[in-house]
Amino acid sequence: MSKMHITLTVNGTAVEGLAEPRTLLIHFLRETLRITGPHIGCETSHCGACTIDMNGKSVKSCTVFVGQAQGAEITTVEGLVNADGSLGVIQENFREHHGLQCGFCTPGMITRAHRFLQENPAPTEAEVRFGMAGNLCRCTGYQNIVKAILASAAQLNAAKEAAE
Amino acid sequence: MIPAGFEYHRPADLASAIGLLQDHGDEARVVAGGHSLIPMMKLRMTDLGHLVDLQDIGELRGIAIGAGHVTIGAMTSQHDLIADDRLAAVLPIIREASLQIADPQVRYMGTIGGNVANGDPGNDMPGLMQCLNASYDLAGPDGTRQVAARGFYQAAYFTAREDDEILTRIVIPVPAAGTGHAYVKQKRKIGDYATAAAAVLVGTTSASVAMTNLSDTPVWSEAAGKALAAGDTEGCVAAILAAIDPQEDMRGPVEFKRHVAAVVLRRAIDSALARRT
Repeated sequence: MSKMHITLTVNGTAVEGLAEPRTLLIHFLRETLRITGPHIGCETSHCGACTIDMNGKSVKSCTVFVGQAQGAEITTVEGLVNADGSLGVIQENFREHHGLQCGFCTPGMITRAHRFLQENPAPTEAEVRFGMAGNLCRCTGYQNIVKAILASAAQLNAAKEAAE
Repeated sequence: MIPAGFEYHRPADLASAIGLLQDHGDEARVVAGGHSLIPMMKLRMTDLGHLVDLQDIGELRGIAIGAGHVTIGAMTSQHDLIADDRLAAVLPIIREASLQIADPQVRYMGTIGGNVANGDPGNDMPGLMQCLNASYDLAGPDGTRQVAARGFYQAAYFTAREDDEILTRIVIPVPAAGTGHAYVKQKRKIGDYATAAAAVLVGTTSASVAMTNLSDTPVWSEAAGKALAAGDTEGCVAAILAAIDPQEDMRGPVEFKRHVAAVVLRRAIDSALARRT
């Protein structure tokens, strides 16, 4: 199979590389582009550890071929830091509320939470749990992840109000 | 995890996509959201030489609400179905069912056309489409034909679609005002296919009932609908139990599935009756 020339915008930067059509987006990100925050936790599209933001959607990058992502705007956990390199609001709240232990699900969790809070800026606890249901965690029991996301929502909303 | 090699195509219009299917025969498959096909490819359960990506074909997207019918493009995602308030006003059962399918990430990508064309009895939309008496537009080299959802499913992964046809649109009659509806699904966890699920519509003089994942196809029963229309819930349940043919798997033995089927159906009937106005 001849390789395809793939161009993407990842975390605001135009990137390119060559890949066989069968290359999964997660492998292209990790192995070609060396963006190793998104992880691989399964081969059946359940765990969500590979979650990235693609064209404004939370996507499991293990279930997308590179060709399907051609030209896409992608955000990974690496792109969710503040401009000065400090932790973004959701990242900081995962730390503050102990929303991670081994850290393997965390990049997918945070990237999913980023999109979820844009769609539902003031969620209930039940909405957080349902909105995060495509992401599995083996360590935390989810409770502190929920707390981190609710705290992030409150903080983001307060910041938005202060700005208005 | 690692799929076998293939050639990737991204046609910009339907005619080109059909041309690719004609050129490559059963070596080619279309990919819509990719959330059934890619997992199968990763497990090497599907072997293909050519993948035809439909994402650039604009005419396959969108939801059109007409007076008597709703037309949904095959590439419309579950996320888009859920988000559409106009659709929820005329066919609220679609949002109710879509929210029970998979998880957020899968719903951004997975499409209604892929769900109904896949042919896996675990998919939820096929039974729902049979309940609603939807029909599918199939575009092929000789033009477009329409096949009723109730006649589309032949066996697990076998449907009325020919290899060189693409399911382009789903046309759903709008139920009469006041029709009660429910989609009730029993599952082990988020994202699981149903142990049993029931789609129910009940109006003042008519009713329609279909069930999911209790046979190698979805099951719509005319007798069950007639019984429910006559107010005979137990007759409706008996008719469905006579029509299903569940198989033992990790979701339980046959006897359990038959029990769950009846429970789920009664719950769906109660909910649909409560919503009838």
